[in-house]
Amino acid sequence: MSDTAEDTIKMIDIFIMGKKYHVPETLTIMDAMEYAGYQLKRGVGCRAGFCGACATVYRIAGDFELKVGLACQTKVEDGMYLAQIPFFPARKAIYDLEDIKPDTAHFAQLYPEVFRCLGCNSCTKVCPQDIDVMQYIAYLQRGDFARAADISFDCLMCGLCVSRCPVNIVHYNAALAGRRLYSRYLAKPDAFLASRAEAIKAGELDTEIDELVNADKEKLQELYDNRDIEQ
Amino acid sequence: MAYTPQLQELMKKVEASRASRVGVDYPRMTPEERREVLQNFHPDYIEDGFRNIEVGVDKGIRMPSEMADVFESYSRLREVELDLTTDPDYDVDVLIIGGGGAGASAALKAHETGAKILLATKLRFGDANTMMAQGGIQAADKENDSPTIHYLDLLGGGRLENVPELARALVMDAPLVIKWLEKLGTMFDKNEEGTMITSHGGGTSRKRMHAARDYTGAEIMRTLRDEVHNRGINLIEFSPAVEILLDKDGRAGGAVLYNLETEHYLIARAKTVIIATGGSGRLHYRGFPTSNHHGATADGLIMGYRAGAKTLYTDSIQYHPTGGAFPPQLLGLLVTEKTRGLGAQPLNINGDQFVYHLETRDVESSAIIRECEERGLGVPLPTGLTAVWLDSPMIDMIHGEGTIERQLPAMLRQFQRFDVDIRKEPMLIYPTLHYQNGGLLIDDQARTSVENLYVAGEAAGGIHGTNRLMGNSLLDILVFGRRAGTSAAARSKDLPAPEGLNLDHVSSYHRELEEAGVGDGRIGPVLLPHYTHR
Repeated sequence: MSDTAEDTIKMIDIFIMGKKYHVPETLTIMDAMEYAGYQLKRGVGCRAGFCGACATVYRIAGDFELKVGLACQTKVEDGMYLAQIPFFPARKAIYDLEDIKPDTAHFAQLYPEVFRCLGCNSCTKVCPQDIDVMQYIAYLQRGDFARAADISFDCLMCGLCVSRCPVNIVHYNAALAGRRLYSRYLAKPDAFLASRAEAIKAGELDTEIDELVNADKEKLQELYDNRDIEQ
Repeated sequence: MAYTPQLQELMKKVEASRASRVGVDYPRMTPEERREVLQNFHPDYIEDGFRNIEVGVDKGIRMPSEMADVFESYSRLREVELDLTTDPDYDVDVLIIGGGGAGASAALKAHETGAKILLATKLRFGDANTMMAQGGIQAADKENDSPTIHYLDLLGGGRLENVPELARALVMDAPLVIKWLEKLGTMFDKNEEGTMITSHGGGTSRKRMHAARDYTGAEIMRTLRDEVHNRGINLIEFSPAVEILLDKDGRAGGAVLYNLETEHYLIARAKTVIIATGGSGRLHYRGFPTSNHHGATADGLIMGYRAGAKTLYTDSIQYHPTGGAFPPQLLGLLVTEKTRGLGAQPLNINGDQFVYHLETRDVESSAIIRECEERGLGVPLPTGLTAVWLDSPMIDMIHGEGTIERQLPAMLRQFQRFDVDIRKEPMLIYPTLHYQNGGLLIDDQARTSVENLYVAGEAAGGIHGTNRLMGNSLLDILVFGRRAGTSAAARSKDLPAPEGLNLDHVSSYHRELEEAGVGDGRIGPVLLPHYTHR
């Protein structure tokens, strides 16, 4: 954004925690906060929609509805009143994955609050990733870890669901435990991977790799230029 | 529809040529053609924009000017009074600086030995480039593949400049790392039998790219982070290290941490120190936009360098060929290489392909820059920049309807947020500053040239030569994170608590800056990028 932004781009008013700033309309919320002069420490992370650091709640002037978005992935709008929720206190169950099993009984010990879901759907409505959060909570309740893992997969753990839950479920941590249980116990282990790992540990591949490690550049270039490529 | 009427008009040429391009491979460049396009168009070869630094253990080495500004800088502690003789705030066996994939895996391996650990990180635990790696992680775990073939791809991609012992460690540990992650409950893409679904990346000769949809790094990071929490490992967020402490014998003995929020300094004494601070894209070399995390500001490089650690390939930077170019909110954001892995082709303004879609990243980027700069066949954007098309809709034509939705959910969502449907509309891309190929020099146990100082992850150099292949970075952080954790913890068992902690190396670095007349009052590490009023 150059110094001449105000000459060429339409400027709008936004309200960061109630305070008015005049910013270019093309910016994301995150860029607009920086444009306004904020040096971001909290509420900023990957800046690309992967890390969940920048959960933001906002209203548009004149509209009663509370909206949410990731600050790095949401464009500013005229009359936007916003605040970030960079941290929300939430419990994580401590467990040893090797000591638990993918069944409802074990899961209930980790996250008993999951079974208190009232079905209000606030979590789903607030998810910036459009995940059907309440549905995966239902899958977790009935021990369907495969489905819970599948539909919760795109979760960024931003915590907005937790902030809205009337019975204090920590959805994203429960989902993560569900995905780890599924991946550890229900998805089959890769058989060849296991044998390859054993072969490496036993030193069976040392001779062939060391031949290349000790080869000169000319030899390596020749091998590289003539290697066969899997289609 | 975010594309302007002009762009929509140009898009018709892409649509017109699409059917004839599906299933037809554009010829790969010959080795001579690759060399030529690199030398003429890769930013690493463009002399202005680089300089040789005048201080430190590698005085005279070449690096991008923006990196040199950080290397030729004064400590944040220059005007700070610290009492290093009293009891430290933290006293541990292993101090890990950085909470990305390298730091987390180092912590887990060090913890296995019973070592007392502190993991200190600048932002939140897990805020790192690891989290953003989308496309995959390489490992030779198929019958038609082997670590040896992986090694050859790695070296060919790295222009044969990789450090052989590091390259060997990378490919040999790769299947072990995947096995480790599988057991930790990482949700890799698998078929019914449990076999990993793998694909090609640029420069691979076997399909060895493992993925977790296109959230591969995020899936790995959240699994490791969860496990670190489960093991009760001590960690402290929003507290970057700003300087390495040395002991009376000049060995690493801890670090000075800085609480970003209270602005207090804290002393961490440690028998061994692991730098896992990641890359430096937020220094914006040559003004390029970057795909990197907010915190990627080369902190570990300058701290380690001031402490006397040698470097390697500081002048080698990776520009990822497919950075977002339009809409403007996506500028610099990574378009995963998996998009090309699934068959999407780069096209010029006429809708013609001009480079094979899976050349190595350096070559692919250079070809895109050539198409726009020399040949003038880029697509002009309303923002004043130029770009090329990446024809994503052909993915569903090749692999069937729904492939993009299943395999590229993050990409689909990211573009949808700004009104581009990549199932129907091609993307607009241009190379983005992605990765620091060089860094601090390590051996295969992740040891630097300073005793008891280790480096893992993007802050280390030499593993990838001067060009990294897709999927070898997620691998690298885990291979060398694990090795650093194991070897630093083992080493700490033989050591007493360090004595005579000091910052004498910082004082002498300051003297060098003054004598050379460089530094210009700059402070480093910069810790946070400054975008206010940009």
